[in-house]
Amino acid sequence: MLFRIVFFSLLLAANTAHAALNVLACEPEWAALTQELAGDLARVTSATTAKQDPHHIEARPSLIARARNADLLVCTGAELEVGWLPLLQRESGNARIQPGRAGFFEASAQVRLLEKSGHADRAQGDVHPGGNPHIHADPRNLLTVGAALARRLAELDPANAAIYAARNQDFQRRMSAAIARWESDAVGLRGVPVVVHHRSWSYLADWLGLKVVADLEPKPGIEPSVSSLASLLDGLKARPARLILRAGYQSSKPADWLAARAGIVAVELPYTVGGSAAAKDLFSLFDDTLARLKGALK
Amino acid sequence: MFKRTLLAAAMACALPLSAHAATDADLAAELLKIRTEFDQKMKEMQTAYEARLKEMEGRMAQATAAPAVATSPAKDARDNTFNPEMSLVLAGSYAHRKPGERHITGFLAGGHDHGGARGFSLDHTELTLAANIDPTLRGYANIAFADGEAEVEEAWFQTLALGNGLAVRGGRFLSGIGYANEQHPHAWDFADNSLMYSVLFGEHLAQDGVQMKWLAPTDTFVELGAEIGRGGNFPGSDDGGNRNGAGAWSLFAHIGDDFGTSSSWRAGLSYLSARPENRATHVEDINDVEAETLFSGKSKTWLADFVWKWAPDGNPKARNFKFQTEYFRRNERGDMSCADNTVDGGACTAGVNDSDRYSARQSGWYAQGVYQFMPRWRVGLRHDRLDTGKVGFGILPVPTPNATPNKWSLMADYSPSEFSRFRLQLAHDRSMQGNPDDNQITLQYMHSLGAHGAHKF
Repeated sequence: MLFRIVFFSLLLAANTAHAALNVLACEPEWAALTQELAGDLARVTSATTAKQDPHHIEARPSLIARARNADLLVCTGAELEVGWLPLLQRESGNARIQPGRAGFFEASAQVRLLEKSGHADRAQGDVHPGGNPHIHADPRNLLTVGAALARRLAELDPANAAIYAARNQDFQRRMSAAIARWESDAVGLRGVPVVVHHRSWSYLADWLGLKVVADLEPKPGIEPSVSSLASLLDGLKARPARLILRAGYQSSKPADWLAARAGIVAVELPYTVGGSAAAKDLFSLFDDTLARLKGALK
Repeated sequence: MFKRTLLAAAMACALPLSAHAATDADLAAELLKIRTEFDQKMKEMQTAYEARLKEMEGRMAQATAAPAVATSPAKDARDNTFNPEMSLVLAGSYAHRKPGERHITGFLAGGHDHGGARGFSLDHTELTLAANIDPTLRGYANIAFADGEAEVEEAWFQTLALGNGLAVRGGRFLSGIGYANEQHPHAWDFADNSLMYSVLFGEHLAQDGVQMKWLAPTDTFVELGAEIGRGGNFPGSDDGGNRNGAGAWSLFAHIGDDFGTSSSWRAGLSYLSARPENRATHVEDINDVEAETLFSGKSKTWLADFVWKWAPDGNPKARNFKFQTEYFRRNERGDMSCADNTVDGGACTAGVNDSDRYSARQSGWYAQGVYQFMPRWRVGLRHDRLDTGKVGFGILPVPTPNATPNKWSLMADYSPSEFSRFRLQLAHDRSMQGNPDDNQITLQYMHSLGAHGAHKF
């Protein structure tokens, strides 16, 4: 009996592997991007959801099992997943997805990172000396990453190379058009002073020209405390802000506390695909983000 | 510039040595000269730094203004790229305990056990080094330092590229049996070890040998593992390991999955077989005098473990809960002898009652829950219970134990960041028959420096 179960599950695993590329994305944005580029040619799942902080999950058994069967891992890199991804790769017993192999794709290696300090001192909090890893919040990065990812898919599945190239071309065209639309739509956001919860928003601010005046976290990765918020409130008197930005996976308490006392608006942004009911794919993600930002300024 | 400043500073330090020869006036003049030179150098350095800082600020402003287009590898900013990831764990505690030696009643003391010191003490300082050796292998070492000793807790290599779910590890490693066995003390959720692991292995079971693991290609996590090793550590022994072949072997199976998005679990079953020879243990004989016994035979242990973790939406940052429980049964059979202790008033008499068959069937378990109720703060409760079970010493003058050593522990800890933790623990310790210690207090800190560690589930 046991032998039969093992035999059939092996057969099943072998079957699905042939039917499509088995892709495990570390975050929903990369799952969405892979889906755009591969369509039915890939079976894509995401290790984290929009409700989870990609820096703070564990290499739990179900993820190890999924990594075991993956042909391709699509992750952010730049130490964002440092607390679980290396373990996932090592525990998977899967040679294809090890660092340096074609089956491991790091999006952050494709773009120029902001806040690259080069030196690390944890007195500065949980800093990423290699740069800020939250790159997808600037859609221009999706173009660069998308082109590289399409090449990688073609490398892993050469039989369908033409399809990946064509889908990428289509994606580049649609995304470029959307970026142009968003940029003209967001002219009014340029120079708006904002408070952020974690440096998740550096790329969005960089793209839209938002001015980040403060961070709810006293140091990156260190949760705000009552005293740190109080001193922040003091600082806002000298440098007033109009919005507080936070992701759905972050607690609303610090943002609401500060918003109520500073008399400004706290906005929950989707951060990634699935972060709000409207953010169903990479396009609606930015539609919804801009709508929320503009709505909050009215 | 640095060199000269250093020279000046070094001279300033060295000056008192040559003071005998020089007069006071000379000395003052010399000192003044050096000070002026030093001040001037400092000023030069400051201006140089300020200029560089300004330049860098300018470049940063440019960088943020320009759109991200260039492609560059993310890793080029890190120096020491090829050096191993290094981390150091600092730990220490203050413990409030009853005076006198404490041991767990009815169990042959397992291996070496850390801690137990009263008052202020420094726990082991753990140094971890790890890196990929080449594209196919990874290496790892964990060395625990204490006064006058550096203990190699782990030192192994592991394959990365076998594929098909296979991984082989060789060297000294923490055995994959049970759940808590692979955790180093700094990863424990309580200040001290569970009674179960204390009697089974002292701290935990380290194998010198080879481990092979296979992960099934299923959507559910199914992992099978086997180890063969020297078996030099309790429940094995030095002499047991000194043979051609393996002094111990073990098998384990783990299965795990998620319940929805909020919960995940892992369950395991493990078996350990060891062949100790002349394994030394101190016991109290019928006259309450310490007797040294030697055991040779077979030791077989079954372990079952279960872990369940919960976090709202699978996001453990603000709140999360962890439940963990393990159970064991151990059978030991073989020959035992005791050293003559009649000089001390003991009952072990050479040639009369100093050796016979020994057999023991013992069991125990612990269960613990740890709840993080807000960022940084956690509370936990653990219960430990052992059963001395059926023990036969034959004609050896050692009393047959009949006890259920148990312990309640309550802890609260505070983690200013993911790299630091402070803990308070209160415990009712009833592990020593007739000598309960109901007011154990432990204050503890654990900090990790360096590479961002990744702990297993």
